Amino acid sequence: MSANTALAEKYRNNFLKEIEEQVEMGDWVKMCMQCGVCSGSCPTNFQSAWEHPPQELFMMIRAGKREEVLTTTSMWNCTSCYNCIVRCPRKLPITHIMHGIAEYAHRLGMAPKMQPTRFFSGLFWKNCTHTGRVNELKLSMGLYFKDGFAQGIKNGMAMQAVALGLVKAKRLNVFELFGGHKCKDQKGIQAMLKKAYEIERSRKAAKMAG
Amino acid sequence: MAKHEYAFYPGCSSQKGASASNYLTSVESMCKTLDVKLTEIPDWNCCGASIGYAEAGELPRHVMNARNFALSEKNLPGQEIVATCAACWLGARETRERLTHSDTLMADTREALKEAGLTINEMPEIRHMVEVLIEDLGFDEMKKHVVRPLEGVKIAGYVGCQTNRPFGVAGESFENPVYLDKMVEMVGAEPIPEYEQKVTCCGGALAFSEPEKAQAQIKDIVESAYDHGAEMIVTPCPLCQANVEIYQGQINQRYGTKFNIPVMYYSQLMVVAYGGNAKEAALNGQVIKARRLEEIAAKPVKR
Repeated sequence: MSANTALAEKYRNNFLKEIEEQVEMGDWVKMCMQCGVCSGSCPTNFQSAWEHPPQELFMMIRAGKREEVLTTTSMWNCTSCYNCIVRCPRKLPITHIMHGIAEYAHRLGMAPKMQPTRFFSGLFWKNCTHTGRVNELKLSMGLYFKDGFAQGIKNGMAMQAVALGLVKAKRLNVFELFGGHKCKDQKGIQAMLKKAYEIERSRKAAKMAG
Repeated sequence: MAKHEYAFYPGCSSQKGASASNYLTSVESMCKTLDVKLTEIPDWNCCGASIGYAEAGELPRHVMNARNFALSEKNLPGQEIVATCAACWLGARETRERLTHSDTLMADTREALKEAGLTINEMPEIRHMVEVLIEDLGFDEMKKHVVRPLEGVKIAGYVGCQTNRPFGVAGESFENPVYLDKMVEMVGAEPIPEYEQKVTCCGGALAFSEPEKAQAQIKDIVESAYDHGAEMIVTPCPLCQANVEIYQGQINQRYGTKFNIPVMYYSQLMVVAYGGNAKEAALNGQVIKARRLEEIAAKPVKR
């Protein structure tokens, strides 16, 4: 049984409970009073419209729309501007809930595969935890080549002027491709993160079993 | 001994050859004038930033920040941690808040830190550089060092998101913070308090992953600055600075605009006003050159 099937089975007909137990800050979802201030305050919802803006997602969770919520591109539009958090009259940590639902959908393998921000988010975390520090050049290259080599060259060409401006201003170093900045105790960082993942996994599993 | 001493968390973008290296250069010059001593936390690591959320989970993300707390406590005991980057500051403050409010999370964090031979006994204070300037030094002290006021330069104060929300600077409103305008005034330039895009989001990480969405927002931010007659934009955030500055060419192509407005850090304005030269203010680090500031920085200082 896949992790997804197991979880769907366990929380059958209670998607709200599933979100409460498995998603960071998920226990706040029930506090939403559907005023819509979050959706009206969201810059990407304003500019290009989410499939389901936050207050709609909260209602969908309560209505048990598991498949729709976990497969939507919506949360991946979050820019982490925190406008929804500071304006929410019920003080829901909406930004964190959006990240939490996105992380959960990603963990279950249900998030839209090639959604660019989902891809970039994973890339960023791998990039910064690999050596302990972000390698900006490798991060950008990783993103450009997401859809294959030919598309990567094309993307790189489109970014040429931007990159050249940064190189001239000494704010992009082409030698970052060979090594670059890093922490000394990388071994310690890896061991520490491995432990953190272990603990987090066992805590979530305990909730599911309990 | 310096008047003020802090443990310094410069962050990834401030490193040599990285996107905000000009920020660091100008902060160092500024701190020299203000007698503020910043000691880098040895072997600090990335805060994980908000965009790492797909794989960061909760504990791993807090453990990353906690490692910096532990290193700071071990090497620079008793000192408050100062970050110049909005995301570093936010990430670290968030971790501080979560660990303080949850014994379980704190215990789990300590267990993970043990793997790296580290521990936390005391939770450090996490400060942004602008908090240090406003709260620990104050506007009067900052103003005392101005020897070359930026007279007649109209500057739009773009505060952005993460230095403003969800924590922000104490006493400021989320919708209309005024400290940046006061800093513009302090260096002798002309602020634009009615600049209505001052807390608009620049698109953050979406500037990389979904540029069309971020650039629609950046367009509003730049356009409004022009509408108010600004000659340049100033910001306290490295990602705001980069996003608003470096994509103006692409925005021009996309929308047929003719944007070419310099985007500065508050520290660069201060260094020039404090009598520093272009190099000390890292004006050579601008992709869109700030000619007006370069001219002022080349003038002799009235002492």
